[in-house]
Amino acid sequence: MITTTQTPTQQADAIDLMVNMGPQHPSTHGVFRLVIWVDGERIVKAEPHVGYLHRGSEKLCEGENYGQVITLFDRLDYVANLNGELGFCLAVEKLMGLEIPERAERIRVILCELNRIASHMLFYGVYGLDIGAMTPVLYGFRERERVQALFEAVTGARMMHNYIRVGGVKEDLPDDFGKRMTTLTDQLGRGIEECDALLSDNEMFLERTKGVGVIGPADAIDYGVSGPSLRASGVAEDVRVSEPYGIYDMFDFGVPIGANGDCWDRYYVRVEEMRQSLKIIDQAMRQLEPGPIMAKVRRLLRPPKGEVYARTESPRGDLGVFIVSDGTDKPYRVKVRAPSFANLQALQHMLRDAYIADAVIILGSIDIVLGEVDR
Amino acid sequence: MTLADAAIYSLAALGLLAFLSVTVLLLTWLERKALARIQMRMGPMRVGFHGALQPLADAMKLIAKEDILPSWADRRIYWLAPLAVFVPAFLLWVTIPVAQDVVIRNLDLGLFYIAAVSVLSVLGLVMAGWGSANKYAIIGGLRAAGQMLSYEIPFIMAILAVAMLAQSLNLRDIVDGQSGAAYALVQPLGLFLFLTAGLAELGRTPFDIHHAESEVVGGPFVEYSGAHWAIFFLAEYVNTFTIAVLTALLFLGGWRWPTMPFDGAAHAALSVLWLLAKAYAVILVIFWIRGTYPRLRIDQLMAFGWKFLVPLSFLNIVITGVVTFYGWPLWTLTLLSAAILAASYALIRYHAGAGRKRTSVTVRQASDLRASGGARR
Repeated sequence: MITTTQTPTQQADAIDLMVNMGPQHPSTHGVFRLVIWVDGERIVKAEPHVGYLHRGSEKLCEGENYGQVITLFDRLDYVANLNGELGFCLAVEKLMGLEIPERAERIRVILCELNRIASHMLFYGVYGLDIGAMTPVLYGFRERERVQALFEAVTGARMMHNYIRVGGVKEDLPDDFGKRMTTLTDQLGRGIEECDALLSDNEMFLERTKGVGVIGPADAIDYGVSGPSLRASGVAEDVRVSEPYGIYDMFDFGVPIGANGDCWDRYYVRVEEMRQSLKIIDQAMRQLEPGPIMAKVRRLLRPPKGEVYARTESPRGDLGVFIVSDGTDKPYRVKVRAPSFANLQALQHMLRDAYIADAVIILGSIDIVLGEVDR
Repeated sequence: MTLADAAIYSLAALGLLAFLSVTVLLLTWLERKALARIQMRMGPMRVGFHGALQPLADAMKLIAKEDILPSWADRRIYWLAPLAVFVPAFLLWVTIPVAQDVVIRNLDLGLFYIAAVSVLSVLGLVMAGWGSANKYAIIGGLRAAGQMLSYEIPFIMAILAVAMLAQSLNLRDIVDGQSGAAYALVQPLGLFLFLTAGLAELGRTPFDIHHAESEVVGGPFVEYSGAHWAIFFLAEYVNTFTIAVLTALLFLGGWRWPTMPFDGAAHAALSVLWLLAKAYAVILVIFWIRGTYPRLRIDQLMAFGWKFLVPLSFLNIVITGVVTFYGWPLWTLTLLSAAILAASYALIRYHAGAGRKRTSVTVRQASDLRASGGARR
């Protein structure tokens, strides 16, 4: 039945309706529960509840060999699997002081940037759905599907690749990789423009997203927002630039920065990022030379005793992996700083004075992946 | 009324029911196929040739499904709501002619009747929202009430301007009045108003906020299943078809063809086909809009209705009145109407776009950022 509650900020005669969005709701992007108190169509108070997808991934890591942990990182951010794998492998490599072969570094960059495009394409599609346009999702998925077909050819799986290894990558690229990439980047380039033309400039889309869910740069930093959501607020922070890992310091690419920190900026920063990822892929492809793909490591990894923290720029933001090693073949403790989780903290701030319909698109615009939020 | 009359009317009503049901089946198939084309898909392909029997399969599935009654539901209101939506949708068809003499009852106050009955279906949506005892449903029901009542005004005003041109509320006379030029040519603004307000009345994209899947999960229909849900669905498509046929009748010249080759029954049949062709063209436009546009927010919808469409519809009445009162040639009305339409498009563009477009996202080169020491701002 209808529950009536009084919040302290409300007039005595106002009746609020408590609406439960999720865990079963079509636009919560997973099993996420958002409890909102509404006065008519306006949101008075919002309360996010997380944890429905908690699988204890961090604890599970403690029971696995270093090599096996990679599969768990596949399942954190399940729309950007390779970026997750990379985060963990970089941390272990940093701890062991490994030198990664050039070719492996390039392969990693190419695949991770492709994964970024695939992830942003998924965002693009479901964002359209959130706003009520049903066509973008199919255009977004077409592009994502192309990327995943390539992943399948390279890693053997469409998702959950388990491809990036500590010290390099699992296998060398297939013979026709160059040819496939030429057509793929070509198609993606056209696809991105097509998607952009379909939605970005639509009057109703502008009307719905401009000035909605605004968060200023200072607030965004305070909440620990990172990645495209932070850049949309006008902060030029990208781990690939400010703390380059791998060989990212060799590439020249653009970092899109928003001005208003509203939903449209968060959306368009991602569209622009896809174009920039293509530029990185182009440069990396041109430098791809034959060579070894794995550093000399033992089958059973035993990193030295110690602690390490490595940051990477995942499609959702600053993905940090903290590992404590006790010198055995299993990590003593693994802690993941999941960008989605931190970004989600800013939701309440963004939801102030929003409408019910805005709640959906604000949640969509921070592009969370619940696998990573709940771990 | 004699017994014979009663028999004829009952037969006509049955015929109408059959005709509209078949139309709805066709429309669901057409919509899925049209949307699929827009979205690079095939749409239904399995049941029958290119999925032609899919609507039948769907109908059978819906009838066979369990009718669920939520335990908190207000039982009587909950079961009555589908009928309250369904009956007005069919009542409208009493006076809608599909050819010169093919009509159940040609009313002199036809347009008035249509405007009066069409608003009744709001009641059913509010009832469904209330009766379901579901928060999404009640939000959806109230959204529907607000939306449909607001857009009733521009809708009626657009109809009124047509009546002023035709000097009649009789749909047959209105079609006859377009023997010179279709009213779409005389009143492009009126066509725009009618279609926009009509879409809002139907609750179709971009005005589908009352059953917005991503917000209120189906709104008033969220608890319904099986045959009762199917009735809502039926009514929705009948209404869509009604708006399309009305557009064809009021603005596109109805069944009028410059020179009809036959007369008698053949003439009537051809007229019906010609009208249906126009109506389906309008329906395809409606589907096209659905495939392209996102939906508005409730306050934007209200603002658009009251601050934009209502004044525009009054303006439409005024220019139509001036032109008919002074007996100016109709092309002056065309010019005035088109000019206002163009101006209002520019206004929308300005309002949505004004200096707020892509300029807000700039790209800074990584090399520059590195040079400035990875600066944070």
